[in-house]
Amino acid sequence: MAQIVENGGGDSGKGKKRPKKSSTHVDMTPMVDLAFLLLTFFVLTSTFSKPKVMSLVYPAKEIIDNPNPPKIKNAITFLITKDRVFYYKGEFNPDDGPKTELIETNFGPNGVRKLLAKENEYVIREKLKLDGQLTRKEIVDSVAKQKLIEAQKTPQALKVLVKTDLKALCANFIDLIDELYIANIGMIAPVDIMKDEQALIDAKIK
Amino acid sequence: MAKIKMPKGTPTIDMTPMVDLAFLLVTFFMLAANFRSNEPVDVNIPSSIGDEEVPEKTLILVTVDKGGRLFFNVTGDSTVRKSVFSQMVKKYNAKVDNSHLEEYLKITSIGCSMAELPAYLSTDGEGRKKFQTLGIPADSTNNQLKDWIYFADIAMREYGKTAFLKAKDEAKPNEVVNPKDFLPKYVLKVEGQAEYVRAKMAIETFRDLNLNNLHFVTSLENKQ
Repeated sequence: MAQIVENGGGDSGKGKKRPKKSSTHVDMTPMVDLAFLLLTFFVLTSTFSKPKVMSLVYPAKEIIDNPNPPKIKNAITFLITKDRVFYYKGEFNPDDGPKTELIETNFGPNGVRKLLAKENEYVIREKLKLDGQLTRKEIVDSVAKQKLIEAQKTPQALKVLVKTDLKALCANFIDLIDELYIANIGMIAPVDIMKDEQALIDAKIK
Repeated sequence: MAKIKMPKGTPTIDMTPMVDLAFLLVTFFMLAANFRSNEPVDVNIPSSIGDEEVPEKTLILVTVDKGGRLFFNVTGDSTVRKSVFSQMVKKYNAKVDNSHLEEYLKITSIGCSMAELPAYLSTDGEGRKKFQTLGIPADSTNNQLKDWIYFADIAMREYGKTAFLKAKDEAKPNEVVNPKDFLPKYVLKVEGQAEYVRAKMAIETFRDLNLNNLHFVTSLENKQ
């Protein structure tokens, strides 16, 4: 298509014939076609961004089966159901004293992230301090990592329990875990939901 | 009187630079691409800020698809895969022959019970995608997934030990060989829209075997 061989059509008006010059050009068009075909194939079959993994340590079975779990201070429990997320602070308290109330939140910028940034302020401040020292080359990165883990284990650091009900989707769960990592929370425990908590969720989503 | 000759007809376009460019791009994509592996199910993975690479060599992978079916895959050396397969066949008395083993070594994840295994391996790649199955059973009365993971874990550790010693011997003086790279990694690939209880079946199976450090496959999302 790129070259059209002329067969004397242009000089009909002059009535003068010229000897036809044989072209030395090689028609590249099929080759271009082929090259672009291959190109398309490779573009479509290749995956560029390698999938990454997010690590999550589950509590060992024996601890979960312990009938009297240790009292946890400074904890938040998240309850996930399909596309909705609730939380309460501290211990679960169904009847006596101040009753546990579920508060609904979301994955927007004013939801979980803001809440966790506020609750886990101590660790986040420690992390900023360590980052500063790291950029000024006062400490090495392995020390910074170690210190961050230590900070995450202090009583001031927030601990998070994650409970899912039967309708929760995997995406909801991963989103929440992701938010917890963003907020530098060191202690994350995905555990089973209790009957009373399920009842509270059911009452909320009705 | 001198006449100015005008070029006649359609001008030819030199395609050579275009060919050069096209082949350059082809070469680039050929070399830079890593091919999409042919998994029996496609899952939409959720995104997270996790930035660890997927360990390609030492992977024990459980895939959960949208319907909650479980698929199992173990990567690495063919001796590992062979040993896992033969132990599973032995335990469940599955009627498989050598051609089935060869087919198994070629494919990636499998998603069927041991009773369905010969039929599953006899079909081709497209047939396997449409294979009517409930996935690998993982309930408490018949937990075949647990056996897959258990045998894979043992085989992988065994192989990792020798591979580590070999790598250590061959390492250059300044090279650090990390023994962690040779340990099996337990990876879950979950469909975002699957119910978490389905994934939980696989998670509980891992935890039953006291393998608590799990990894979720996610796509990278920008940290805000």
